[in-house]
Amino acid sequence: MNQSIGYLLCVLALGGMVSGCDKPPPPAATVAAPAATAPAPVAVAPARFAPPAESDIPENEFGEAVLLGKNIFVNTQQYAKDFVGNGMNCANCHLDNGRKADSAPLWAAYVLYPAYRQKTGQIDTIQSRIQGCFLYSMNGKPPALDSKEMTALVTYHYWLAKGAPTGVKMPGQGYLKVAKPAQKPDVARGRAVYENNCAICHGANGEGIQARGEYAFPPLWGNDSFNWGAGMHRVDTAAGFIQANMPYGLGGTLSDQEAWDVALFMNSHERPQDPRFSGSLAQTRDQHHEENCLYGRTPEELAAALEKQAKTATAAEKTKPAAEQLEGISPAISH
Amino acid sequence: MRSTTRLIFMGTMVMAASIAAAAPPAIVTQGKGAAIACASCHGVDGAGNAQAGFPVLAQLPPAHFAKQIADFKAGTRANPVMSPIAMAMSAEDIEASARHYAGQARPKAAAAPADPAVIARGKQLAINGAWDRDVPPCFKCHAVDGLGVAPAFPPIAGQHAAYTVSQLQAWKTGARTNDPQTLMKTVAEKLTDDEIRAVADYLATIGTPGEGK
Repeated sequence: MNQSIGYLLCVLALGGMVSGCDKPPPPAATVAAPAATAPAPVAVAPARFAPPAESDIPENEFGEAVLLGKNIFVNTQQYAKDFVGNGMNCANCHLDNGRKADSAPLWAAYVLYPAYRQKTGQIDTIQSRIQGCFLYSMNGKPPALDSKEMTALVTYHYWLAKGAPTGVKMPGQGYLKVAKPAQKPDVARGRAVYENNCAICHGANGEGIQARGEYAFPPLWGNDSFNWGAGMHRVDTAAGFIQANMPYGLGGTLSDQEAWDVALFMNSHERPQDPRFSGSLAQTRDQHHEENCLYGRTPEELAAALEKQAKTATAAEKTKPAAEQLEGISPAISH
Repeated sequence: MRSTTRLIFMGTMVMAASIAAAAPPAIVTQGKGAAIACASCHGVDGAGNAQAGFPVLAQLPPAHFAKQIADFKAGTRANPVMSPIAMAMSAEDIEASARHYAGQARPKAAAAPADPAVIARGKQLAINGAWDRDVPPCFKCHAVDGLGVAPAFPPIAGQHAAYTVSQLQAWKTGARTNDPQTLMKTVAEKLTDDEIRAVADYLATIGTPGEGK
């Protein structure tokens, strides 16, 4: 019974472009079928999109919903506390209140749904995608599709995406992909990167720092952080977020190697269980965590796997065109 | 008998009062040698002086306070008035003054200056930053109320505008270099002089919870 509820939650609640570490799809089974039926590549917009200014939120009923959505997004702890099971706020990973490019901006996400997602094995709407954030990144209980909170969040997404082309993967969408580093990622090197760059805000033990009873800086691991199903537990996703955005104001200063090392270090710590946990670590790992994360495997095992993968990929990547975004398929197909 | 009891009672009250509000340490009120009394510029209550640009010290995290004195000693932070004072302070002086000022209440925030457009601009920067130029909001690191995140991020709400301007300018020009990980230099060098003025004016008008806004 519990298992079936867990399964139902998993199917209903998704995670997403940035959350989860599911197996990649079986080798191009569905998308690379006969050429005639393959979906067309989605156009990539040329210029960086600019969402409307906050001062342009209209003063009417619609504007009130936008504002509530923004408040939930920025201070999830207060405005959606019934649905949050850790110390995080949405804006911790979506900087500038969901506006910042390369920080999984909402304007870029909104226009890519509905989409089929490998993680959930179904067509997800933006609502069900947001539910995934609550289940995994917020380690909580997703708000209902027709709840006040969900309506406000979707309204905020919609407003930020004003004028954005529907169905187009825009520059700045999701998180950056950081090239595989020269040396295999290393926890000890990552610890040094952490101590020199991150500990001042996130604490010596990744516990975050509180001021006057609230997290001023979010916890990166431990019980109050995102769980083992969240996108940020993937080493590649975390490396992409960190390199583009961390520390504040100093995005782009860590090398590829440092970003991978520190992401590996961060994600080598314990955090809340994957809600899809079946009772068996090995089974849950094999079912949902094929690569790029430390769920049920040691840093050494992961580093070795990444190295092997990088070696075999280099040759193949040279002959193969870059992966294109396919219409109706989440760009985070391997998450 | 009765008067003796009263005397004992009064004596106990005086002792209790002096324990509750421990007398300020000598370094704060009297100074020591070349180290003139902290209070002569910053006040016993740590309210500083708005006109002179002497900063508010009340509720500075002790570790942050001690680091600043150490940096004045080491020369990584320089000020013609403070540097010689810091040089003359012992470890005990630093510890005592840091503890004293950490325990003082933040002063009441300044009244908002005349130009609401400047305040609005400063508020926008403090709350939302300018991420398109990689300028994070002040409140991302100094807490949503601007009252700081111990140990490394001091309170900035209610700080005197002249002082905030002088420090942001010092980071911008490279005159001050003791910020951890160049976090403040990174921000300050991306701000225009007008923005520095606006954000300092705004921060001066907000303060202890319930005041300003």
